[in-house]
Amino acid sequence: MAMRRRRTELALNSAAVGKLTEVMADFEIKDLRVSVEGREILKGVSLAVNKGEVHAVMGPNGSGKSTLSHTLMGHPNYKVVGGQVLFKGKDILTLPTEQRAKLGMFLALQYPVVVPGITMSNFLRTAINAKRGFDGKDKSKSINVKEFRALLKNEMSVLRMDDSFLSRYVNEGFSGGEKKRAEILQMAVLKPEIAILDETDSGLDIDSIKFVSDAVNKMRGPELGVLIITHYTRVLKFIKPDYVHVLVNGEFVRSGGPELADWLEAKGYSEWVKEPDKAPAALEAR
Amino acid sequence: MATVIPRIDVGDNYKEKYGFFDPEKFVFKAKRGLNADVVKEISWMKNEPEWMTKFRLRALQTFEKKEMPTWGADLSVIDFQNIYYYLKSTEKQGKTWDDVPADIKNTFDRLGVPQAERKFLAGVAAQYESEVVYHSLHKELESKGVIFTDTDSALRQYPDLFKEYFGTIIPPADNKLAALNSAVWSGGSFIYVPKGVKVEIPLQAYFRINAENMGQFERTLIICDEDSFVHYIEGCTAPIYTTDSLHSAVVEIIVKRGARCRYTTVQNWSTNVYNLVTKRAVAYGDATMEWVDGNLGSQITMKYPSIYLMEPGAKGDVLSVAFAGKGQHQDAGGKAVHVAPNTSSNIVSKSISKNGGRTSYRGLVKVYPGAKNSKSFVRCDALLLDEQSRSDTYPTTEVDEPQVRIGHEATVSKVSDEQLFYLQSRGITRAEAETMIVNGFIEPFTKELPIEYAVELNRLIQLEMIGSVG
Repeated sequence: MAMRRRRTELALNSAAVGKLTEVMADFEIKDLRVSVEGREILKGVSLAVNKGEVHAVMGPNGSGKSTLSHTLMGHPNYKVVGGQVLFKGKDILTLPTEQRAKLGMFLALQYPVVVPGITMSNFLRTAINAKRGFDGKDKSKSINVKEFRALLKNEMSVLRMDDSFLSRYVNEGFSGGEKKRAEILQMAVLKPEIAILDETDSGLDIDSIKFVSDAVNKMRGPELGVLIITHYTRVLKFIKPDYVHVLVNGEFVRSGGPELADWLEAKGYSEWVKEPDKAPAALEAR
Repeated sequence: MATVIPRIDVGDNYKEKYGFFDPEKFVFKAKRGLNADVVKEISWMKNEPEWMTKFRLRALQTFEKKEMPTWGADLSVIDFQNIYYYLKSTEKQGKTWDDVPADIKNTFDRLGVPQAERKFLAGVAAQYESEVVYHSLHKELESKGVIFTDTDSALRQYPDLFKEYFGTIIPPADNKLAALNSAVWSGGSFIYVPKGVKVEIPLQAYFRINAENMGQFERTLIICDEDSFVHYIEGCTAPIYTTDSLHSAVVEIIVKRGARCRYTTVQNWSTNVYNLVTKRAVAYGDATMEWVDGNLGSQITMKYPSIYLMEPGAKGDVLSVAFAGKGQHQDAGGKAVHVAPNTSSNIVSKSISKNGGRTSYRGLVKVYPGAKNSKSFVRCDALLLDEQSRSDTYPTTEVDEPQVRIGHEATVSKVSDEQLFYLQSRGITRAEAETMIVNGFIEPFTKELPIEYAVELNRLIQLEMIGSVG
């Protein structure tokens, strides 16, 4: 099916959805509506992502970006009030979080969580084993030590992480850069088909952003679809998106190619928000 | 140095592995209940010197006079007259594994003791019911003068050493249960480490209760002579029965000048055992005593390992973990008594309550007048896994010396949604994620254990976590 796949023309505002229903994208968000504590945050969002594509979802603060990422992964605080998210023939909104991960989804969190007492090594191995369907019994499904080491060695060198990192507790005492690199390392070893990177560039110094981007670029390919969620255009200089979508107040207000990011860099979100975030990229670049 | 981690699988076959019981087979079984005749009979069976018989009888009187402690867990259901106080399950004590009777050996095989021994253990003394049936000690240690034997044998073989210390740290009158133990004690470990000898590998004992309504009253005495070191480990497992058993041990430890002793317990009695244990150590000048105490099983545990810091520079650590599931009450903690100046203590308690289980931290820090520049720090962290579970903290601090540094910190936390979401977003199920968070929570404890105990503890936690879901 990969060969005749129709590239989703730019992206879909709600009007465009109808035309495309006959050709399923690999990952399809359809008219998604989500509320948090009774307030509707996402007001009918549609987006189709195919493997091999990188989509950027951009928007000012409070536009619903994090709600989108958390809802896609099934965070319990976000209540879906309408719509579907189709992936591999399933509406993943009905699945528990871990099933979504096993199906091939991945979320790099904006604020990775500390898990005291659990080493990164243990965490990574448990996650890999979970994905492989190892339930503690059938040893053949679990990753062996040699394979695990080899896998990590390779990915960690791309991210410029040294071995000591593996014996540290999950995100405990990590700098901003270390946390984000750790997220991307998890992505690298779990090899998702749809990856959502939530503000992965925030809080990163320029070196970290480069290592992280290199790692993501290395993973790009026909088997991976990426959704980059970001406020600023900076990261998009390193990870070139195929499509850019602007999310404002819970709705996509514009979609376009990479040039839309350049346009946003110049104009900011002033067209849609009263208090414009002025020249965000310039601010960040300082 | 790669250590091979033995696979200790207690995932699905726990009942098969730990819940089995053998048909009772014993050479001698005392009558049910407790009176002077039973005590005399025990002493006679053991062929004890007269002073011990008298000691036991005096202790019995003390027991009868003393009130049950009412300040802690509910002990009202214990019926002391409905317990067998002594069973001797085999006539002779085996010195090598081959001498041990097959059914008992079978039990230990299933517990994995001999395998562990084959790895790196210095010696294994496994207590099967009241008599130590199997005991071995590494030749090298023996040649250095280290004594590691069961307490009954020690009384026979080292009478002077024994009499000098026995009952001096915890006299029978200390509390009702210590008195009970003093009257009917049987088995336990006796360790003497001579001056300057460092026992580099842990000495281990594995205790089991097999017979129903069987009390277990082992008595352990450890003497670390000056500048010596020993690490003693006990693991406890009892088969699952429908009626209740009582485990009431007494552990006395003397750590002399410059010596260091670590005592590690991983207690996983079945959930109908009353586990009421008195543990106390005295540490002299610059000596260090460390209690590492894990409580997973039992219906009720009351245990507060204590350290008396007798001379300047003495140091005491208590690190404990308690896990209480449905119907369990873990009332545990630690005591540090600062008698001399420049002494320090550190008590860290971690508790987990699940499915209506209850944990209590109960601790005492006492500083006597003149114990200047003493330092004590107490930290209690409780993790509650659901709304039905309960955790309490009862810290007591009595300081009669102004020039001291005393700290106390307590936290109560729940498994956070954010942590669960994070782990689940990596494909880990909710139950597994909870287990990981709990294992992470007790990691400061686990990392102090030898690797095979750490592995076993993690698996037991996993079992508690997953087993209680269904």
